[in-house]
Amino acid sequence: MLSIEDLCVKIGDKEILKDIHLYIDSGETHVLFGPNGAGKSTLINTILGNPKYEIVSGSIYFKGKDITDMPMYERAKLGIGISYQSPPAIPGVKLKNLLEIITNRDWSEIEKMAEILNFKDFLEREVNVGFSGGEAKRSEILQIYAQNPDFIMFDEPDSGVDVENVELIGTIINELLDKNKMPSDRKKSGLIITHMGHILNFMDVDRAHVLYNGIVACSGHPEEILNNIIKHGYERCVECYQKKEH
Amino acid sequence: MLSKERALKIKEIAEKYRNVPAPYGEDINLEEYKIEKGGISVDSLMELDEGYKSKLESIGIDIEEKTSAGSYLQINNKAVYSKTDSKIEMMPISEALKKYNLDDYLWNLVEIKDKYTARAALELTEGFFIRVPKGVKETIPLQTCLLIGEESSSQNVHNIIIVEEGAELNVITGCATSPHVKSGLHIGVSEFYVKKDAKLTYTMIHDWGENTHVRPRTGVYIEENGVFISNYVVMTEVKSIQSYPTAYCVGDNSKVTFQTVAYGKGNSKMDLGSRVVLSGKNSSADMISRTIVVDNAEIIARGHLVGESENVKGHLECRGLILSDNAHLHAVPELEAKRTNLDLTHEAAVGKIAENQLMYLMSRGLTEDEAVSLIIKGFLNVDVSGLPPKLAKSVEQIMEMTLDAS
Ligand SMILES: Nc1ncnc2c1ncn2[C@@H]1O[C@H](COP(=O)(O)OP(=O)(O)OP(=O)(O)O)[C@@H](O)[C@H]1O
Ligand SMILES: [Mg+2]
Repeated sequence: MLSIEDLCVKIGDKEILKDIHLYIDSGETHVLFGPNGAGKSTLINTILGNPKYEIVSGSIYFKGKDITDMPMYERAKLGIGISYQSPPAIPGVKLKNLLEIITNRDWSEIEKMAEILNFKDFLEREVNVGFSGGEAKRSEILQIYAQNPDFIMFDEPDSGVDVENVELIGTIINELLDKNKMPSDRKKSGLIITHMGHILNFMDVDRAHVLYNGIVACSGHPEEILNNIIKHGYERCVECYQKKEH
Repeated sequence: MLSKERALKIKEIAEKYRNVPAPYGEDINLEEYKIEKGGISVDSLMELDEGYKSKLESIGIDIEEKTSAGSYLQINNKAVYSKTDSKIEMMPISEALKKYNLDDYLWNLVEIKDKYTARAALELTEGFFIRVPKGVKETIPLQTCLLIGEESSSQNVHNIIIVEEGAELNVITGCATSPHVKSGLHIGVSEFYVKKDAKLTYTMIHDWGENTHVRPRTGVYIEENGVFISNYVVMTEVKSIQSYPTAYCVGDNSKVTFQTVAYGKGNSKMDLGSRVVLSGKNSSADMISRTIVVDNAEIIARGHLVGESENVKGHLECRGLILSDNAHLHAVPELEAKRTNLDLTHEAAVGKIAENQLMYLMSRGLTEDEAVSLIIKGFLNVDVSGLPPKLAKSVEQIMEMTLDAS
């Protein structure tokens, strides 16, 4: 589904990502850990094609196509989607209106999902205007549900979300990523950024990576890596990072 | 009629200002615009030719008159049609001057102090006179339209609206230039009186065309507990508009809202202001202006709040988007306080479309053009407050139509 090779990314003059390799197969969901400022959001935005992030070298392939230089909206049309960490407000545009524009599903399905997310009252509200942190996350989930992409990136879908809603969002994401289907029937792929790990209790993830200072310092079994981070913080990752730097 | 002394006085002042340019806006040579005398008259808006009819519809006028409490149509300087079947009194101002003494209403709120007001005072001028009797609350809107139908001519208008004590009125005014007219001038004097406990909602849609100069001169007087709401929408090209309506909140607890939505394109030059003088205790004002400039257009968005009494409150919100390097946008918010115990605020912001909004929508699959257009629609989508739903809808539609066409 997605394959990244030798990716180096700059913002302005600052080098943020270094030699990233990442391979996510069809039906797989990966999780991305890493301390604040490690470059997690940068990686996601680069995959999306945000022109603010300058690709210095390397390539991104999606569904077998080289999308390294493809404009953002074409990537979206090709099936890449995102649920943002902190989405901007679009004053004057109703959420309902935006959903109608981006949707690839019937309106009745969206209404049903809005109901499940306890978000029906927000359809008439302006997109993200005055939304609380947790409300903005639910708005993102609803939009991504409407858009229904094949590869979905979730940038901290759980941060600022209360306990009940973390379970709700986790369960919905799991469903969106085909995890309730038999492994061979799974078509969707995902990449999830989380600090908390709690959301993973409601999801099935296949592989985890730790991004440290712009480098993938470690990849492996999600539970193992999470337990390590919980026990030792990112201390162990520093060691791996230093090994990889050289 | 006017009393002899008053008529003389007005004439005397107007003569003095015959050639005096206005402080704002491009100076216009009035000699280039003749004053058309004759014109048609009709018994129903349906009798108008197709060109006029479709023009009227495009500026929100219901030509079948199914959803209006009455209609007034003026082409050039002649009242072509004026009819209402509600309790509201409506007639051409020329008739009102025969019927009533208007000493207290004519040239009372608008000063003659430039060549445009002078022309309206001295030359052939027509307009609507509307009076809502005490206690009459008309919920269905009244529609008035002012059309320029003759080449290189000057339309001179003088309007008066009086909403008597406890009465309510909703007016929509559509202004346009006939499609075949290449150049024109509109001078429009409007004086509105909102008496005690009364309410006037006035919605104006301009569609003048790229070669028409427009010089409105408006004054509004609001008594105790009175409410005045103005919605002004201009979405199409114009050669120049310069206006600076002033509302006087004289009564205690009186309230004013000015909402301006302007989309400047082509070579349009607009100098749009609104001023509120808060002299009644607890009076308040809200001014919202949303402007966009593209191409070579130029907009100056002015706002001026004057607090002259205790506990008055005023807020001025002025936002502008500039979408072309050849365009020009200038926001001039002014606050003036003459008492300690008051609260006047403003926020102004001009700039380009926020990159993060654009990226957000594009990552959902919208092309750049689609994203820009959606952001612009949202930006201009001020809540057209106080309008009956149907009218609000049609204002919204007019905005969408013009945006989609561009
Ligand atoms: N516009 C910018 N200009 C300069 N530096 C930037 C810019 N945007 C991001 N950065 C820097 O890039 C680095 C990576 O930021 P990024 O947002 O990718 O981190 P993150 O891993 O998502 O962190 P968090 O967990 O806090 O969300 C940070 O040091 C950040 O300050
Ligand atoms: Mg981040």
